[in-house]
Amino acid sequence: MNAAKLTLVDYGAGNLPSVERALGRLGVETQRAATPEALAGSRAIVLPGVGHFGQLMRTLEERGLHGPLRDAIAGGTPFLGICLGLQALFVSSEEDPKQSGLGIVGGSVQPLPKTAKLPHMGWNQLRRLRPSVLLRGVRDDAYFYFAHSFAALDAPDAAVAVCDHGASFVAALEQENVLAVQFHPEKSGDPGALVLRNFVEFARAKTAREEA
Amino acid sequence: MSLARRIIPCLDTDGASVVKGVRFVNLRDAGDPAELAARYNREGADELVVLDIAASRDRRGTFLETIRRVAEQLAIPLTAGGGVRSVEEGRSILRAGADKLTVNTAAVLRPELIEELSREFGAQAVVLAIDAKRCAKCPDRSVAALHQASNSALASGAWEVFVRGGREATGRDAVAWAQEAVARGAGEILLTSMDRDGTRSGFDCALTAAVSRAVGVPVIASGGADNPADFLAVFSEGRADAALAASIFHDNLQRLGELKQFLASHGIPVRLVA
Repeated sequence: MNAAKLTLVDYGAGNLPSVERALGRLGVETQRAATPEALAGSRAIVLPGVGHFGQLMRTLEERGLHGPLRDAIAGGTPFLGICLGLQALFVSSEEDPKQSGLGIVGGSVQPLPKTAKLPHMGWNQLRRLRPSVLLRGVRDDAYFYFAHSFAALDAPDAAVAVCDHGASFVAALEQENVLAVQFHPEKSGDPGALVLRNFVEFARAKTAREEA
Repeated sequence: MSLARRIIPCLDTDGASVVKGVRFVNLRDAGDPAELAARYNREGADELVVLDIAASRDRRGTFLETIRRVAEQLAIPLTAGGGVRSVEEGRSILRAGADKLTVNTAAVLRPELIEELSREFGAQAVVLAIDAKRCAKCPDRSVAALHQASNSALASGAWEVFVRGGREATGRDAVAWAQEAVARGAGEILLTSMDRDGTRSGFDCALTAAVSRAVGVPVIASGGADNPADFLAVFSEGRADAALAASIFHDNLQRLGELKQFLASHGIPVRLVA
């Protein structure tokens, strides 16, 4: 059912409609999943997110989405995490130390240093660490929109790009089927649309390979 | 590589149409919000602010529909507000498609509102709007605020917070109020100089710098924009993180692309859109 669609995890995040609109402009059909049943069998999953780490993780647990989401990611389903959706991949976050994350990526999320204005709010550029699926075709000097106070300050092996605001932090990471960005592609004009398109094509290619 | 200074067109609406005038006087229709939004999105605006300056409760549904229509046009962030008094009203604005919401009068009357909104939606979604006016003797200037404001700002007096669309004085010091709001969870300050608003005589750089130095969150300067040099001044002397203007953009007196080229040529980091 709806197998060709891209699934957006609906945990009540404010940016979900924006992500839907941005994907809609690319001609991509999406469905929302607020229950484990709706998540089951997804060909590709996007976890949008704004707000508080603990609240996101608790809502995923309350809706029974935590386990199924972990399983889907572990099972190879193409996944895109946005903003808080990137932070959720880590083991933990200092924003809510008692609440564990999905633990897909090693390490933790920390507050950005107060030497710069927080939240890190606005358009910033990236520094590429290695070739990237999401940033394919994106100009090196492109700006992306950020709005966050916490970030992954210790870049894991999965990091493909970092950004600087008081400290260097992970702006994009890629680990097999798991892709994630700290910025908001749905709010980042043309470069943001290209990042979303790159994810959609990555998911399509992976599905096509598996069906072949 | 650094955070770009933002240029933010502002759509003051009566809920449905963009209106303009000086301080709510001589309002006239300046166009359809969605059409202007599409144009600014295309021309390189870094963000858009849409305000309901009437903010009457019976027209709330109309404003929410306006937010939806504007959000449809945008691939950039949207801030919306006007008359937000509660978490539920804030939620309806965010659900309609805004990324951030502004609070003003209701937060002065009941500062706990800032904490409630910040807890619910995150500090990054809560923008405190301050309408400030220069005064020789503000009754409520705190020592901390005076200390923070320092030098040039103090030499010219301080600034008092006004509410209800600038019609009512509060006796509160603008710098101290900004600090309190940030401590309560505001993630950004939208700072309007009432002295400059609508005058096209340049931003109030002293006010902007005083607030920007006093808080650790981004400050959006508003009121008085006329030409590129005004923006350069508010980003350098005024230490603004973003600058907002309305009529000069609506009337095509200033093109966004040319403004950003000017700023870039003077060393201000801006996002240039091809």
